[in-house]
Formats: sequence, C-alpha cells, structure tokens
Amino acid sequence: MNNDKVIQVESLTKMFGDFIAVNDITFDVNKGEIFGFLGANGAGKTTAMKMLIGISKPTFGKAHVAGFDVFTDAENIKKNIGYMSQKFALYDDLTVKENITFFGGIYGLSRKRIKEKANTLIEELGLGNVANQLVGSLPLGWKQKLSFSVSLIHDPKIVFLDEPTGGVDPITRRQFWELIYKAANQGTTIFVTTHYMDEAEYCDRVSIMVNGKIEALDTPKKLKEQFKAANMNDVFLKLARG
Amino acid sequence: MSISVSNISKSYKDVKALQNISFEVNEGELFGLIGPDGAGKTTLFRILTTLLFADEGSATVADYNVVADYKKIRNNVGYMPGKFSLYQDLTVEENLSFFATIFGTTIEENYDLIKEIYLQIEPFKNRRAGKLSGGMKQKLALCCALIHKPKVLFLDEPTTGVDPVSRKEFWEMLKRLQQKGITILVSTPYMDEAELCDRIALLQDGKILEIDTPQAIINHYPKPIFNVGANNMYQLINSLNDYEYNHSVYPFGEFVHYTDNRSDFDPKTLKDYLESKNLTDVVIEKTVATIEDTFMELAKPSFSKTSEHNVK
Repeated sequence: MNNDKVIQVESLTKMFGDFIAVNDITFDVNKGEIFGFLGANGAGKTTAMKMLIGISKPTFGKAHVAGFDVFTDAENIKKNIGYMSQKFALYDDLTVKENITFFGGIYGLSRKRIKEKANTLIEELGLGNVANQLVGSLPLGWKQKLSFSVSLIHDPKIVFLDEPTGGVDPITRRQFWELIYKAANQGTTIFVTTHYMDEAEYCDRVSIMVNGKIEALDTPKKLKEQFKAANMNDVFLKLARG
Repeated sequence: MSISVSNISKSYKDVKALQNISFEVNEGELFGLIGPDGAGKTTLFRILTTLLFADEGSATVADYNVVADYKKIRNNVGYMPGKFSLYQDLTVEENLSFFATIFGTTIEENYDLIKEIYLQIEPFKNRRAGKLSGGMKQKLALCCALIHKPKVLFLDEPTTGVDPVSRKEFWEMLKRLQQKGITILVSTPYMDEAELCDRIALLQDGKILEIDTPQAIINHYPKPIFNVGANNMYQLINSLNDYEYNHSVYPFGEFVHYTDNRSDFDPKTLKDYLESKNLTDVVIEKTVATIEDTFMELAKPSFSKTSEHNVK
C-alpha cells in the first residue's frame, strides 16, 4: 500500500437493482491534496462518497481509504476520516463548546485533549464571545466554519466535505476556503463537492462525474486546456450533460 | 409599477430580518434579490405574497396592497418557495390539476404558458411528486406557480443546490417567461446569476446595499482591481493578507482578486514583495470587477472583525 495515496479506488461500482448509480470509477487521491469531486445532480457523487466513507457497501470494485478496505474495515475508515455536509453539521441545541466536547468524545479524545482542542479552536475561529451560545443562534457562515473545524477534531487523515459552502455569503465562503488551504497545507487530504465552479478552481485536481462515470480528472488548468474552456464553469457545461 | 416596497421592516424577537427596505419593480422586469442565507430574502417574499405581516412600512403587488387586498394578490401572483412544497403523495399531473382547480382554472386554459416546461416532465406525469429528482421537482413547482397565469412570479432561491447546467437551463426558462409579460422577482445566493437580471438589489443582514442594473453596479466598483497568481495559492493568500498596503484579498478561481489602499499603486512593488516571500511565477494583471467583488466591498465593514480573526 502506497502511503502517499490516501484514497485508492479501482473499478468501484454501485448498483441499485438494474440502475448503475456509480459505474466503474477508478482514481487516487494523494496526501495533502485538495480533490474536487464534481458532477450534475444525480450523477452519482453522493453514492460514491457514501461508499468511500464506509456507510454503503460497493457492489463491485476495490477501494482503500486512509489505508483501510471499504469492504472489510469500514469501522476503521469512520474513525480515521472527518465528514461535514451542509445538511448535517452541528447540533443547534448545544452550545459551541458543548458541540466541540460532544464530537471530541464521540471520537474518543481524552478530556484533557478535548479541553485543549476546544480552546485552540474557539481562539482560532474568533468565537470567544459566543462559546457558550447555542449553535442555532449563529450565522450560517460561522456554523459552517465551526463545523469544518470540528470535523478535524480527531486529526483525521482525510476530511470529506459535501457542499460545505452552499448559501454562505461570499466573504465567509472565502474564509472557509482559507481554512481548507490551511488544513491541506498541514497534510490533511481534502475531498470536496461543490456547485460553485470558482471553488473548483481552488482544488489541486478535479474529477467530473457524468451518469455514474468519471468523465474527466485533472488539474483545473489542464481541464481548461483539454476542453478549450475559459474557466471551470465552461468545462462543466461542456461535459456534464453527458 | 408591478411591485412597490416602501420602508418595510420586520423583526423576529431580537433579530432584525428586514430594516427599512424600499424598492420598486417595473412591469415585465426580471428583478433579482441577491444575498446569502440570513439576508432577509425569504422574509421579504413572505411579506409580498401576503403570508406574513411587516412590522412597519407598506407594499403593493400588481397595484394591490399586501394587507388590505391580500385575496386579490393571491389570485394574481405565483409563488415558488425555497422549500419544495407540493404534495409529495400526489402525482405530477394531480398536483398540477389541483393547483389549477384551486385557482378556478384548468390545465388546458393556460397550457401555452407552461407547455415548454411541462413537456419535459410529462413522461413522468403519473409519478408521485415525492419520487421526482431535484430538477424535475423544480420544473413541476414552476408549472404549478404558473398555472393561473399570474401577473407577478415570486421565486425564492429556485437554483440553490442545483448544478450549473440545470441552473443555466432554469434561467433560460425565466427569460422566456419574462418575454410573455410576466414580472419576475427572483432571489439567489449565486452572484453569477445576478448578471442575468435586468436590475438587482444586493441584500445583506436585512439591509439593501445597492440597487441598480448589474452593469452599473460593476461600474461603481471604487478601485482598480488585479488578478494575482503564483505557484502556491495558500502562501499567496497569506502573503497578501500580511501585506501592509492591501485593501482587499479575495480568492477568485485560479487567481486572487487584490486591491491596494495606495492611490499610486505600482504592481511592480507587489511583485517584488511576493518574490521576497519565496513565491514564484508571480502574475499581476489588471482585471474587471464582478458583482461578487462589489458585494464583498459593500458588505465589508460589518465583516472586518471576523475576517481579521480568520485570516491567519
């Protein structure tokens, strides 16, 4: 097993009855890479991601995530990755501090470590004044930044982000990406889906799924050359309708 | 005037959702409310569609007062809320005839208006609405909002979470509806969609930052703006944030949009600075501002505190 490849996927396929939701996809993701996972609604992104995070068994193929096999070692995958989506993030009825403590506990951190993490995290995000407020009362952008930081609380090798910035204002969206860059720079691998095509440009490499298959995979620069497009939005428009 | 909003305010307990909002939408205009979650877009829609009372101010839609003439308004507007709100257990066709009946009309009577959209979902007309894909639900909801031939169409974030291809198709549909004489008020958090509207209002924290045509809003951008690129994006952003003369530093696709706070800014000095930070392949070239740049510039003061915290 190559240690620099934190995700290795080979011919991964998922069928629901006759319907092939994910059709024979193959790719690797390197350590510390920001990997953009794009596709139209219904292209199979969510199904593929569910297999990678160990909550859905593939029909065929092979996949290793953080060094563990998705077929036999799904529980270890869950312990070694972080996950954040727009739909499920934090508990609105717990305070900022309680959320951090809760997720720290879930991932088995010691009390001392949780306390340290909570302090650093609150300090770094500038949430000192709202540490004891319910998360539900915070603006969406703050919640999303906190949620991202919480997904990193157990120092996972990889973090999966499912449309993390939907509806977030443009300034906060950029602050969010600065957090992503920072984490990647420290060696965390980022696997991210988005519908904002300017965010696709921030990724080291981007894959585009069409009808269950990966139809393109390269750096944004090379994809733009390949499809003779001015930006990633044009690349997407040329490809994604299949 | 198709929509007229005058000094509308609305609070929920301590939260000021709308603060003294005024604007007008002309007949046949495609008018965009542009702003992130929490800006007050949905509250405004609910007031204009007579589902919520404002605390202060007044508004008319199709020349009817939103309080006194609420029944008239309900017969003359179509409303597509952000959250899918058709009957999930009814089929496509049943939903459509239900809404037609409620408004005292039939599918046939206004079929020409919805035909183009309905044809795309007709193959699934016997499927329950709950079983449709996101894009199909959206098209059905639009058909239901149009079935009584409204004068004004309200669309609350119709494209949120929708992929770029479907978004493009949706906006092409809106343009064609506009040509049929329907006034459209549409909200979106996607700044690139702002450019497709005749006029837009930029909304943040319950206040209007600016109202104008997209081009005029771009032209109002106060500073020369530059694309800056280098070999390492993360280091580039950090170095620019540390640069004492920066006015704004925002990643934009493969470049960073940079503005300087000096009137005699010379890109050469910035290039030298970035190279002293061990960045290579430094590119600095003048570019044009977008709606998003303008939005961030206008929204900046209220954010300066949090952004300083988070830059490092």
